[in-house]
Amino acid sequence: MLSRAADNLYWMTRYVERAEAMARILDVAQRMSLQRNAGLAGKSDEWEAALIIAGCDKAFAIRRGRVTRRAVIDFLAFAPDNPSSINACLRAARENARAMRAQITTETWESINAAWLELQGLTLAKVDADGPQAFFDWVCERSHLFRGVAEGTMPRGDAYNFMRLGTLLERADSTARILDVKYHILLPSLGEVGGAIDYYQWGALLRSVSALRIYRQIYRDAILPRRVAELLVLRADFPRSLHACFEGIFSILQRLRGHYRRDYPSVRLAEGMLMKLRYGDIEAIFDVGLHEFLTAAIDGNIELGAAIARDFMQPA
Amino acid sequence: MTAFDEMSAAPAGNGVRPPYQAYKRWLDAVPADLLARRRLEADLLFRRLGITFAVYGEGGDTERLIPFDMVPRILAAKEWRRLRRGLKQRVRALNAFLHDVYHEQAILKSGTIPADLILRNTQYTAAMRGIAVAGDIYTHIAGIDVVRTAEDQFYVLEDNCRTPSGVSYMLENREAMMRLFPDLFVAVRVAPVGHYPDALLQTLRENAPAGCPGEPTVALLTPGVYNSAYFEHVFLAEQMGIELVEGSDLVVKDDVVYMRMVGGLKRVDVIYRRLDDAFLDPYAFRKDSMIGVPGLFGAYKAGNVTLANAVGTGVADDKSIYPYVPDMIRFYLGEEPLLANVPTYVLRRQEDLEYTLDHLDELVVKEVHGSGGYGMLVGPKATKEEIAAFRGRIMADPAAYIAQPTLALSTCPTFVGEGIAPRHVDLRPFVLCGRAMRVVPGGLTRVALREGSLVVNSSQGGGTKDTWVLEDDAAQDIAAGEDD
Repeated sequence: MLSRAADNLYWMTRYVERAEAMARILDVAQRMSLQRNAGLAGKSDEWEAALIIAGCDKAFAIRRGRVTRRAVIDFLAFAPDNPSSINACLRAARENARAMRAQITTETWESINAAWLELQGLTLAKVDADGPQAFFDWVCERSHLFRGVAEGTMPRGDAYNFMRLGTLLERADSTARILDVKYHILLPSLGEVGGAIDYYQWGALLRSVSALRIYRQIYRDAILPRRVAELLVLRADFPRSLHACFEGIFSILQRLRGHYRRDYPSVRLAEGMLMKLRYGDIEAIFDVGLHEFLTAAIDGNIELGAAIARDFMQPA
Repeated sequence: MTAFDEMSAAPAGNGVRPPYQAYKRWLDAVPADLLARRRLEADLLFRRLGITFAVYGEGGDTERLIPFDMVPRILAAKEWRRLRRGLKQRVRALNAFLHDVYHEQAILKSGTIPADLILRNTQYTAAMRGIAVAGDIYTHIAGIDVVRTAEDQFYVLEDNCRTPSGVSYMLENREAMMRLFPDLFVAVRVAPVGHYPDALLQTLRENAPAGCPGEPTVALLTPGVYNSAYFEHVFLAEQMGIELVEGSDLVVKDDVVYMRMVGGLKRVDVIYRRLDDAFLDPYAFRKDSMIGVPGLFGAYKAGNVTLANAVGTGVADDKSIYPYVPDMIRFYLGEEPLLANVPTYVLRRQEDLEYTLDHLDELVVKEVHGSGGYGMLVGPKATKEEIAAFRGRIMADPAAYIAQPTLALSTCPTFVGEGIAPRHVDLRPFVLCGRAMRVVPGGLTRVALREGSLVVNSSQGGGTKDTWVLEDDAAQDIAAGEDD
């Protein structure tokens, strides 16, 4: 496969995953804002937190200024001047898909194209009128549908592999960010862990990564930060965990290495990261500091993304 | 001006010409409401195909949805054989001419074609002088536009030796017809066209550089998604199973061309390029080309890659050269042309100029380097003022013009409004040149949908039809397209 094609497909799925992450971030902020009335207001504003998790707080401060619910939803969902907005992500995903029309199945193309076209009919006013949660659900559903269609129709070759790589790298990145920001910004202090506010906030966090029920099934216990971190970082059976993502990333890279019979730096890098997750221990991670660990993971993701690009997408 | 009708032979006859008899029987038997239904289906079908394809051009659906007419344009096996012989002869001569003008220039030395007409032609690419190309073939894919005016009268209207397009319509139209009217294909023996991509790939491989080891790697080079023919590039690359590359996907090292693949660099031997000469290589041609490949022309000169079509073929299909193609056939092949040119007045010749100036109201006058209808006078449709103005332009630079009589292009029954009526058609068959010459039996039939219009261009209300070549009992040769 052409390197350009691999690059386009990889970014196509990254952007879809990013759109979904944005919807999840907004969804959790929306839920938390509704629970304020119950007297459970946190010390941080949930919309401010949404901007920070999305990595859009600085851009928002420059381009919009005052943080309000509507302004944040608009900026993260619709703003054409925010390259991370759901709108911008789906547009970029569709542009990549369009350029690679010959490499993806008709069903895959139609899935992303239909999502994009439908989004063009939506505005903040409409979304607000119907309840924003329905919109966030729609974005997630569209993302699931897109992945499912690709899974069910794409031949298992380079195209599929690079699409999976994009999804998994973006997902690992988004899980790490959500956990990191929640843990350090949203939480009042570790001393308050276990309180009512805490319960709702951790609950909202788990919900935002579709993990609330899974948490309950696995732990059958109160929501505790260490367990949440363990679930999101180390559990191989939770599909959005860093560990699960890296199992997937490494196995694809290994397959590529086997196929092309080359020694790729990116494969070794991914393997090193996977080993830390596979044999990691949550107590040890907390001893060093979760924030430090997550920061290293986010940096590692960026480095891995660059290594993959060097190995496969920009061969000299 | 009454035109020859391909179905009824009107005005000369009023029956049904033999190639159309089976179709006409079917048409007469088929209930009107079925046809109406099929028309709707055809619309939907093309919209779907169209949407699949139209997503490429920013222009959207409208750009791509060239109307499709359900009545096929039918040629008998013997008509086709005659056409095919003529087409092959013509393209053989055009290739010989291209080799000659970039090497010995025998045809210029003999005085058959004025030397300045070639050497001062903007399409003459001096950089190609003395360069050897694989098999001495220059135009590997030629689209020759043919029109008909009577039972036995075909004319070549134009040669397209650079990057002729439209072959995807030939393939898609057939697909659509087979889906809409499967029973028709049982009743009538129509020669298949679906193997065109295979024939094209084989042709491209046969033109690999002499030193190419093993199976040659072929790629299709496109200007990119914003090109109006992009859907055709995607379609053909897909059908041939080759990579569709943009300039940035290719890199030249030590005069060898490589594709950037996920597994590393892969050598490319043959490039089917749908990019104009000027944009191919910023080092050799237009320096501002962002869509070309730096160093490509160097690799080409070194004989390490074949470009199809070759660089510099525009000098063979230029309007100023067209009048000389019959002479080329005589000069290189020692044969009389099997397909006639439209009679053409070359205004650099004094007698032709005088005749033309006396008959401006009857003639079509074309600027030789113009294309797409710019700088053109259609005498019978022009006002006195327009003719007067054009006369001035001709007198200022007669050599820049040619003139031709307006031809009564043949008509073919076509669905219009509520019924079927005759509309003018032309035909573009595609001639492939490798070790063998191949012409897939059919081509692109364009039809002028507006009543009386002779303009078949899609930008001006033109549509397309499926083109049928009928098989006869000696039909083995037809699908292969390789005889004579």
